[in-house]
Amino acid sequence: MSSITADGQATHAHTSNEFGVGEFITTYVFSRDHKVIGLQFLFSTLLWFLIGGLLAIGIRWQLAWPWSDMPVIGPMLFSAEGGQISPEFYTMLFTMHATVMTFLVIIPILAGAFGNYLIPLMIGADDMAFPTLNMLSYWVMWPAFLFFGGSFFVAGNGASSGWTSYPPLSSISEAAPGSGLAQTMWLIALTCVGISSMMGSVNYMTTIIQMRAPGMTMMRLPMTIWGMFITALLQAFALPVLTAAGFMQLADRMFGTGFFVPEGLIVNNSEMAAGGGQPLLWQHLFWFYSHPAVYIMILPAMGMVSDILACFARKPLFGYKPMVYAICGIAGLGFIVWGHHMFVSGMNPGLGMTFMVATMMIALPSAVKTFNWLGTIYGGKIQFTTPMLFALSFVLMFVIGGLSGIFMAATPVDIFIHDTYFIVAHFHYVLFGGTAMAVFGAIYFWFPKMFGRMMNEPLGKVHFLLTFLFMNGTFFTMHILGAVGFPRRLADPYHYETFRHLLPMNQFMTICAILMVACQIFFIVNFFYSIFFGPKAGRNPWHANGLEWQAPSPPGHGNFDFQPIVYRGPYEYNSPEVDEDYYPQTQPPNQRGDTDEPATMVNH
Amino acid sequence: MADNSIDHLFYVILWMTGLVFIGTGLAMFWFLWKYDEKKNDGPVWYSHGSHLLEIIWSVIPAVVILFLAIYQMDAWAGARMRRPMLENGQPKPAMARVIGRQFEWKIQYPGDDKQFDTPDDLYTTNDLHVPRDEEVVLEITSEDVLHSFFLPNFREKQDVVPGMKQFLWFKPVKDGKYDIVCAELCGWGHYKMKGRITVESASDFRAWLQKAYDEQELSEYSLAEAE
Repeated sequence: MSSITADGQATHAHTSNEFGVGEFITTYVFSRDHKVIGLQFLFSTLLWFLIGGLLAIGIRWQLAWPWSDMPVIGPMLFSAEGGQISPEFYTMLFTMHATVMTFLVIIPILAGAFGNYLIPLMIGADDMAFPTLNMLSYWVMWPAFLFFGGSFFVAGNGASSGWTSYPPLSSISEAAPGSGLAQTMWLIALTCVGISSMMGSVNYMTTIIQMRAPGMTMMRLPMTIWGMFITALLQAFALPVLTAAGFMQLADRMFGTGFFVPEGLIVNNSEMAAGGGQPLLWQHLFWFYSHPAVYIMILPAMGMVSDILACFARKPLFGYKPMVYAICGIAGLGFIVWGHHMFVSGMNPGLGMTFMVATMMIALPSAVKTFNWLGTIYGGKIQFTTPMLFALSFVLMFVIGGLSGIFMAATPVDIFIHDTYFIVAHFHYVLFGGTAMAVFGAIYFWFPKMFGRMMNEPLGKVHFLLTFLFMNGTFFTMHILGAVGFPRRLADPYHYETFRHLLPMNQFMTICAILMVACQIFFIVNFFYSIFFGPKAGRNPWHANGLEWQAPSPPGHGNFDFQPIVYRGPYEYNSPEVDEDYYPQTQPPNQRGDTDEPATMVNH
Repeated sequence: MADNSIDHLFYVILWMTGLVFIGTGLAMFWFLWKYDEKKNDGPVWYSHGSHLLEIIWSVIPAVVILFLAIYQMDAWAGARMRRPMLENGQPKPAMARVIGRQFEWKIQYPGDDKQFDTPDDLYTTNDLHVPRDEEVVLEITSEDVLHSFFLPNFREKQDVVPGMKQFLWFKPVKDGKYDIVCAELCGWGHYKMKGRITVESASDFRAWLQKAYDEQELSEYSLAEAE
């Protein structure tokens, strides 16, 4: 660990004309500062979030007004068909919507953006353990951006085997003629994302284990850091499997191997040469990573929500240790439940029973977390700020998403609801209602630290309210569709009589989805306006306890302008030992704290 | 399906989760209303947690969940493990073979000799007929990519995997024509991979088999004639 270079905000605030071109590039482009890398991840992922959202609107448009002319986009892309989309294009839409949202938005925004930005600040380190590796973990995302982005434009219609890329459809080019090169590019991009995550996770683990400030024991870490730490462990252990499987599928596509291709296939009336493989093998390997990945997509969000809830309830987090154990329990169980994605796949039904019991057991740590969050707000003095509203909605939406998971964990019920909109409802409640709402809350919460200015509260509340309403309008309805058996991934479900009467409900959902995307304009305006014109935030605008709030806003290179020493856990709100309702981790016991000057400054 | 076990389990879970959701939701909104900073002028409850509460809310969900898991097992075994038997104790042979391919369901009946791939087999496309009130066993497979044989009205679904021969069984109870849906992405034409299952009385079923077979023979004869 290098020594703390204590140049604070004042010495860091160069004006742009002091920079040469080379210095600009090393400071803001190929930067090794964890904060710049974190912000690079944040801006990139927010941009992809918008792209993923628009892809979703494309899906919804087709489901509400099938084969009608798509406004604006239709005439541009499909003038030959008179403006209506093709089934190939629809297949690409849902494949790329899921791909973008999973691999380019949720995982990198949690681990890449918030992990990078917060880990050193919250544990009192000056940077990550391996700054160059950290820089590479961002820049290796760019080949992924380019390959995923490029796959829209090569071949016929882009990658279209679903985000799960099940063979043989994905590994035999003849099976999906429109996505020849695109599917190969998709696999290469996936590998790049995996490399990036792996570099990040190694770095996070080392940093959290090795570089904590004096006094910062593991049991004094904020929940955000616990979430990030366990996530890094999950990635380190699960990702190699996906990467290996990806290479096997690439070999199947490019070199004629047959890992996932059985013998004697007749595709498009021509006989396939390769053989001897098993399509189910891919599913096992894929879900061995991608189920833990589901927790990679929620554990950091749970951590951030715990921090926000405690701060604005002005109360210690209820049950800190059980919360830590619950995160570990979720992660541990997460490794032995991948088979619940395969209950109807043809896997041995005896295995199905084992996976069912393990899966249902995950409800247990989830329940512990939920009840502890409720315990945290019980008896507090709740401040309804925008981040708090988002964090509260996370809890409520996570309850819905968690409970609906019990339906599909039950194997017999899953026979019916598997691959229906019930599943779509479930994971959108966890990923959008849960993680995305937590991410919004986290942006509102840590924005003052990132940019030194506050976001606008009324605009933030409007953004919250509209997003919350339209989200439920879009996704709750999916449960009802799923209970009827409405399948996913059909370009025209109304082809079947069983589902024809569900058209009006789909139109309602589409209108809600369009409005949900539209109301993000409140967020975009607020975000960019506040970066430049928001009221200046001090070091600690929320009167929070964490170490990051003792650093300048924004922190200069090296983060802290004093050596932080930690005396207690991060949740000592309204402690009887002090007069204020907060008690920063760095404040020596029985010294009166000052609102905007870290108490340990005297040591400097 | 003969029994309504899947529907029953669905509603059991719906009631349980529904009650839990309403309970947590009410508790949350009550706390938010009661402990609003503007309303609550009492002191904050300075507490780091309660050992007893943690045990209570770990053990109770654990018991409920374990009960739910065990309660599901019989229906799962019935749907996937207890294949219908003949009187002599042998597993009941398949009434028909269903082969998925891009983008249609090929259906093959074994004919009078009860053997597949013999000259008296009957071939249809997307048109499956089954007799009412009888355990129907189907053999399903695929000749190209993954498909999923989904009968929404029968609460029955099984992925169709190339290179794997699988059996599924159900007992139709009501006459009518229902959809066969493909529920696993199988390519651009996935949405139109639509079949139809017709449930009819045993005598109607036998009459249909005979008629379809006769038509098939006739067309083969006339084809040969034309050459």
